[in-house]
Amino acid sequence: MAEFSLPKNSRMSVGKTWKHEGGGTVRDFKIYRWSPDDDNNPTVDTYEVNLDECGPMVLDALIKIKNEIDPTLTFRRSCREGICGSCSMNVDGTNTLACTTAIEDIKGDVKIYPLPHMPVIKDLVPDMTHFYAQYASVEPWMKTDSPTPNRERLQSVEDREELDGLYECILCACCSTSCPSYWWNSDRYLGPAVLLQAYRWIADSRDEATGDRLDALEDPFKLYRCHTIMNCTNTCPKGLNPGKAIAKIKKMIHLRSQ
Amino acid sequence: MTTNAYKIIDHSYDVVVVGAGGAGLRAVLGLAEQGLKTACISKVFPTRSHTVAAQGGMSASLGNMGEDDWRWHMYDTVKGADWLGDQDAIEYMCKEAPDAVIELEHYGVPFSRTEDGKIYQRAFGGMTTHNGEGQARRTCAAADRTGHAILHTLYQQSLKNKAKFFIEYFALDLIMEDGECRGVMAWCLDDGTLHRFSAHTVILATGGYGRAYFSCTSAHTCTGDGNAMVLRAGLPLQDMEFVQFHPTGVYGSGCLITEGARGEGGYLTNKDGERFMERYAPNAKDLASRDVVSRSMTMEIQGGRGVGDKGDHIHLHLEHLGPDVLAERLPGISETAKIFAGVDVTRDPIPVIPTVHYNMGGIPTNYLGEVLTLRGGNPDSVVPGLMAIGEAACVSVHGGNRLGSNSLLDLVVFGRAASIRAGELLADKKGKRQTLKTGSDEEIIQRFDSVRHATGDTPTAEIRLEMQNIMQTHCAVFRTEESMQKGIDRLDPVRKQMDSVKVADRSLIWNTDLVETLELQNLVGQAVVTAHSAINRKESRGAHAREDFADRDDENWMKHTLVWVDGHEVPQIDYRPVHNYTLTDEIDFIPPKKRVY
Repeated sequence: MAEFSLPKNSRMSVGKTWKHEGGGTVRDFKIYRWSPDDDNNPTVDTYEVNLDECGPMVLDALIKIKNEIDPTLTFRRSCREGICGSCSMNVDGTNTLACTTAIEDIKGDVKIYPLPHMPVIKDLVPDMTHFYAQYASVEPWMKTDSPTPNRERLQSVEDREELDGLYECILCACCSTSCPSYWWNSDRYLGPAVLLQAYRWIADSRDEATGDRLDALEDPFKLYRCHTIMNCTNTCPKGLNPGKAIAKIKKMIHLRSQ
Repeated sequence: MTTNAYKIIDHSYDVVVVGAGGAGLRAVLGLAEQGLKTACISKVFPTRSHTVAAQGGMSASLGNMGEDDWRWHMYDTVKGADWLGDQDAIEYMCKEAPDAVIELEHYGVPFSRTEDGKIYQRAFGGMTTHNGEGQARRTCAAADRTGHAILHTLYQQSLKNKAKFFIEYFALDLIMEDGECRGVMAWCLDDGTLHRFSAHTVILATGGYGRAYFSCTSAHTCTGDGNAMVLRAGLPLQDMEFVQFHPTGVYGSGCLITEGARGEGGYLTNKDGERFMERYAPNAKDLASRDVVSRSMTMEIQGGRGVGDKGDHIHLHLEHLGPDVLAERLPGISETAKIFAGVDVTRDPIPVIPTVHYNMGGIPTNYLGEVLTLRGGNPDSVVPGLMAIGEAACVSVHGGNRLGSNSLLDLVVFGRAASIRAGELLADKKGKRQTLKTGSDEEIIQRFDSVRHATGDTPTAEIRLEMQNIMQTHCAVFRTEESMQKGIDRLDPVRKQMDSVKVADRSLIWNTDLVETLELQNLVGQAVVTAHSAINRKESRGAHAREDFADRDDENWMKHTLVWVDGHEVPQIDYRPVHNYTLTDEIDFIPPKKRVY
């Protein structure tokens, strides 16, 4: 449940500044730092980065900082092309992937924080355990009762199209952690990413558990904490529309009660 | 330091799988289904493994979009491998392929569909009908996000089967006793504890080591940790000189543009706008196999016919395919081209360049997934307790050059095969605890501790960059004795420099400085054996193209390279014969012949 006062160790202070010596096009990167190894509060450290010797993306700058300025800076990254979902973080006030966000699209200082309203393990690394557990809770796998055919299950091109905009989700959690409703009620509200995945199986013509899936979601908290704020859709770095998927679930539940 | 400075937590499993990409997850599923007590250790959350980035598809002779036969698939794979593949294993893989892809569809993979509702299949490089006569449509695709679709589905199935995961655990080393593997040590990033897993079987599914190079399509996490663990265990790696350059990495960033782009009708041009592949491969043209296309592109660039201000890359055209086909079949790479090259593919060509993509070499195994070594004159001697699958393994189904879309196939076929074999081997041991000798982990903890407290003067990133530049320059698409020798001479100090590496972060919790340094240690070992294996092979075969030995030499070199480095100043090289037989009498051995496309 929501806390009304900031938890211990969450007040931020101004941290260290890492000066860049020499010329070039220098931008300030202001980055959230917190170490689990001491009792200190988080700080925002400033790194002056020479963009003339840096790749175009925010992740390039983070890697440059880690390689050349401060190897203790900690963040997740892997594919660097927007498909693995590791480097989700809050950049310039928006949840996004550092690897597909161009530095030149950001005006002024580049401010980087971990995904909001998640427990922080270290620096830009949030604890995703609860998010993953919620994902597992919607039983995101194909359920069928009819006998399994020897060949593939047939699916028309049109039925397959229903999955477009759903299956591409990379579980980066940008949407869920941008949702005020999720901030307040993440203990019980499933949030946009997980609901999008729940709908991905409802929408699959091959799946035969639609009724059970809708039953499981028909709950004031799991589903109906969505108040169509639409931060999810605005922030999704893959251009998906979780808000629409949630609306479709609500509509299906409504129609079946008619 | 002493080992008791660390908190160590013990676990006992029947099987431990290291790695949660396509191969690791498919193995975990098979093991869980058989009721074996299984743990899966991964340094990243499973859906972030690099299988997620595979685009074009998975080959299988379903024949949904034209005639096909697994024998043709086998012929193409043998030829693509430039006759360095083991034909018993290739037969197994190609024959199992249709069932493997149907099984994935039943698991729920959202494959694209044909008009009659079947799995959509596209053309891919080197995939033909009637042993080279026609172009096959064999590659099963979910748009251009097939790896993502398969990896997520496999993870979902492991959730369904309640598999036990240890996520964001970094595997340190194998626990070896008396020449057998009895477990693995891992470090939990989340709380800094060390974990000692005892197991009857350890399955390495740790992927390739693309990050030994400066420019690669591989993720930052592709550091071949399992390969390096095998080297440190005093075991050999196989065919490490065979490094695949994918023809179409985005110029600059190295991000992958799928071969499926050419499968759907895309083509390459030089600065004169010429479709130059017609000169190099008159039949297959842009759909020749990857080594051939990458060499052709490199020759165009070296011949002064590259595009761009520096004339150092090539154009990939897709604009003639039309916005509908691009949106339906190639939406992912359209997005990648926009973000990383600023190109609207409906209007302009994508600037591309051959980019390190895949390691054909790795841990030698048989087609059942068991790790092999050369012992007492037996080149197929099994290492008890140890298996390897996926890109980490060298089965060898890809030989000197892997065909596009044979990798996703390799993952699921051999992931499954390893789980079946482990089940057979553990029939009597299942549920019984593997006991470890005291102190068999001491050396591992010692190494971990010394790297953690490394107080040298050279930062990890500096050594890594030097290694990557050396590999990029001296173990490239074309190779010469002189250049490779220079590479080896330059790698020597890099190896020594690891003794004076500087780690700045001393924490045990999410210390990614330490992770990167351990990964670099892993990479340096692999870079060294790659360079030595490469200079040793005096012929051109598959992806190993030597200007000073331009031809394939079957008489002297139709054999697998084995390389050991542990405890040696200079890597030691020996050989295993290529299996010159098939698995069954359903197909005859395909004898070597000249490889033209």
